[in-house]
Amino acid sequence: MDLSLTTRQEGNHTVVVVGGEIDVYTAPKLREQLIDLVSGGSYHLVVDMEGVEFLDSTGLGVLVGGLKRVRAHEGSLRLVCTQERILKIFRITGLTKVFPIHSSIEDALAAHE
Amino acid sequence: MPTVELRFAALNGHVRTARMIATAVSRRAGVPAGAADEIKLAVTEACARAVRVNRRHAPQAPVRVALTDAPDSFTVTVADCGRTGDEVAPGPDGGLVAASALLDLEPESVDPPWWSEPESTGADADEDSGGFPPGLGLALIEGLVDEVEISRGPDGVGTVVAMTWHTAHEGISFEPVAR
Repeated sequence: MDLSLTTRQEGNHTVVVVGGEIDVYTAPKLREQLIDLVSGGSYHLVVDMEGVEFLDSTGLGVLVGGLKRVRAHEGSLRLVCTQERILKIFRITGLTKVFPIHSSIEDALAAHE
Repeated sequence: MPTVELRFAALNGHVRTARMIATAVSRRAGVPAGAADEIKLAVTEACARAVRVNRRHAPQAPVRVALTDAPDSFTVTVADCGRTGDEVAPGPDGGLVAASALLDLEPESVDPPWWSEPESTGADADEDSGGFPPGLGLALIEGLVDEVEISRGPDGVGTVVAMTWHTAHEGISFEPVAR
């Protein structure tokens, strides 16, 4: 697949590092990963988008779905992204008001609800 | 007469194929770098939508993409074989609903009817857009493209989404206008 996913624990957060392209074909893989994490009891997620080369509305839908899932457990889903071409998509869709977006994993982990 | 035409089987895996071709053709057309990202995303959204529509109504029918490099513009059309009006979210005046209106995510509001249950699986899993309204792809396209025209397909079958970017004269900015 054109998508890479790695996860690691940072305290009570799980960091998901995404690489490659998130589109209609690869987004299900990210969706599965987020579902698995929440099912396994990980409710505070940081999704690192710095290695994402492409993101479409299917990818946005998967991220929103993940946000809904963690919120059902009083959790959080934060994004790390400094790439303008990806930030633009969140802006156009108004999702910058929905997702906390940080410029580094350290920032995301340090943020308080 | 289009510069490049592509037909691909209605498979999600080939939306990327169409995206790669659109990137290559837009480069040859001399489209500025800023517009190239917009073209990639808009073509992806239009093709993914056409794949969904064909799989639902005409799974053997290919998605047809035509790319035209004209002196003042670059146009991509994506044609499906679905029912006219499939996955178009009409706005109050017949235009497209803005993406922000489709995403009703205020915590205190009731979930919009299109918001699927997180645990939805089964036969629709392939089409599961993660709870996003199908019209979001088109609404996103509206935010990315200079001109969008949605019309009935040839012989009245399906829909054609035509996306046009005005290409450079000096001094024309490609930054999207804040909406």
